Amino acid sequence: MTSPKRNQTDRATRIGEIVASYTALEGPLLPILHAVQAEFGCVDPAAEAQLALALNLSRAEVHGVVSFYHDFLPAADPRPQVQLCRAEACQARGVEAMVPAAEAAAGARVKLSTVYCLGLCSVGPNARIGDQLYARLDEAALVRLIGAA
Amino acid sequence: MTKVRISDDALALACGADGVAEAFAQAGCTVERVSSWGMHWLEPLVEIDGEGFGPATPRDVAAILDRSSAKAIGRIADHPFIARQQRLTFARAGKTRPLSLEDYAATGGWAGLTRARAMGPGEVIAEVLQSGLRGRGGAGFPAGIKWRTVAEAVGSRKYIVCNADEGDSATFADRMLIEGDPFQLIEGMAIAAHAVSAGQGYVYLRSEYPHAIAKLKAAAELAAAIIAPFQLEVRVGAGAYVCGEETSLLNSLEGKRGEVRAKPPLPAVQGLFDCPTVVNNVLTLAAIPHVLVEGGAAHYAGHGMARSLGTMPIQLAGNIRHGGLFETAFGITLRDLIEDIGGGTASGRPVKAVQVGGPLGAYIPPDQFNLPFDYEAYAGADALIGHGGITVFDDSADMGRLARFAMEFCAAESCGKCTPRRIGSVRGVELIDRIRAGGRAADDVEALPQMHNAPKQGRTREQNVELLEDLCETMKFGSLCALGGFTPYPVLSALRYWPQDFGPRFGKE
Repeated sequence: MTSPKRNQTDRATRIGEIVASYTALEGPLLPILHAVQAEFGCVDPAAEAQLALALNLSRAEVHGVVSFYHDFLPAADPRPQVQLCRAEACQARGVEAMVPAAEAAAGARVKLSTVYCLGLCSVGPNARIGDQLYARLDEAALVRLIGAA
Repeated sequence: MTKVRISDDALALACGADGVAEAFAQAGCTVERVSSWGMHWLEPLVEIDGEGFGPATPRDVAAILDRSSAKAIGRIADHPFIARQQRLTFARAGKTRPLSLEDYAATGGWAGLTRARAMGPGEVIAEVLQSGLRGRGGAGFPAGIKWRTVAEAVGSRKYIVCNADEGDSATFADRMLIEGDPFQLIEGMAIAAHAVSAGQGYVYLRSEYPHAIAKLKAAAELAAAIIAPFQLEVRVGAGAYVCGEETSLLNSLEGKRGEVRAKPPLPAVQGLFDCPTVVNNVLTLAAIPHVLVEGGAAHYAGHGMARSLGTMPIQLAGNIRHGGLFETAFGITLRDLIEDIGGGTASGRPVKAVQVGGPLGAYIPPDQFNLPFDYEAYAGADALIGHGGITVFDDSADMGRLARFAMEFCAAESCGKCTPRRIGSVRGVELIDRIRAGGRAADDVEALPQMHNAPKQGRTREQNVELLEDLCETMKFGSLCALGGFTPYPVLSALRYWPQDFGPRFGKE
């Protein structure tokens, strides 16, 4: 098993590599944050500090950006995530009535989050797990989906 | 060997298209993955020699192959949903492989760019002006005027930015275009770049569209040599609805918080990195190649009505039987769209309301369904076309709850920069709750003797409604951008047409 300290160094090295691969871009912060989020499941304060230093920004500026966008998390969440669309079109197709059952099925094991629109508005209610999309869900199908997540 | 065509659009995939495709492959067929026709209730739609079958499952394969399937819909091109459309922007939908340069070129691709490059930038802009094309993102600003402003602006660099942050519920035309015909968007951007002398372009695409991101990145790579020296990069948003607003999109591209900028300066003068920038919606840019072919501008302007010229890809969504993409000339009525074409609600219950233009659009009652699809007609009816999305609700919808949701959504997605939206939306939720609860009693502090100047009674429902209307007025005129400015539309329209949904005793006090 690797020690926590070793992990920290590895992380810093990896973030350094990510930054290096994007610095040629104009306004590289968002692509870098996406890459860091994808690699570690979060953009934590240590990563923010390192990015600030590397990009010649203040930590406040980096934190301001990280905290503005829903996609970047301050701490990694190891649970599987199911995104359920609860925007108007899915509401019109009855998603709200399914929410209590979905929450019960998710419990503490699955992170059930709300997303506003997956662009499948004619075949809702819709959900997303990773890059996999699911349409025409009814309560039973949604509960099954969450159970298998 | 039988050739089977099945869409690989995200919606078809979500409905199980991959499984169907695999089953056909196992049955010995050649499967070609094409763009979607846009008849979403039939997805996954299987096409064999022009005949359609849908919605197909792997179990239907044998019956479809021996033509005994009950899911046959006849020739797809003759289906009333398709035959009634006037498809210009979506002319290739269902017909070509999205990432095939060969298919694109064989269907008239790059003709607009080739012709535009043989003309001077000024002539290109003149043709765009002649076509009457207006921004399809919602504001409806004439594309040619925006381009001319950028062309005349002074700057060391200029940019073309495509707004593909399609966050509105009920809209999916941008996604379908990018997933189904990405080269058309790229061609439109390259023409814009030629017209305003821009060297670099960005497409800002939302992270909720993983399939569109992959397709567009692949397409940009394939087309790089054709559009050179113009360079195109795909950037991915990070889940902020407000970034669909053009100035906050520019901030986000620059790597900043997606906060709205005050205008002026207009992005056309000082946009991305303070350089003159064309910011256009996907559908605006995708309409450009058609406008720039020989006679295209006049043909485009030959569609539509009044000052709304050309075609609009309308998206039928929500509780509708035949949902999908319906591109047609401006002027069509909601009744035609929802009853004739859409077939009424999916639930079979009566239509109660439709919301046109996404979360910021007004709710329209059935007695106004004769309204023609036209920017000015909608503005006159206190409504908006927006991005052309239509959400249908049946009679089980609670309009009071939807009005509250509009405010709640506005609060959740506020960028935080302007007070009317940041605080107004929160107060709006509270007010609607209070109206729906029938007012509230004075609290402990208000009842204290020291508070003798405070009103002795809580506000009546009428006073609360008046306050809500007042708040909406402030948001409408005081917000920095359309997100705060348009949230009053769904709220006030719901309140005006369905007051009974705002509490049982409404109007009786």
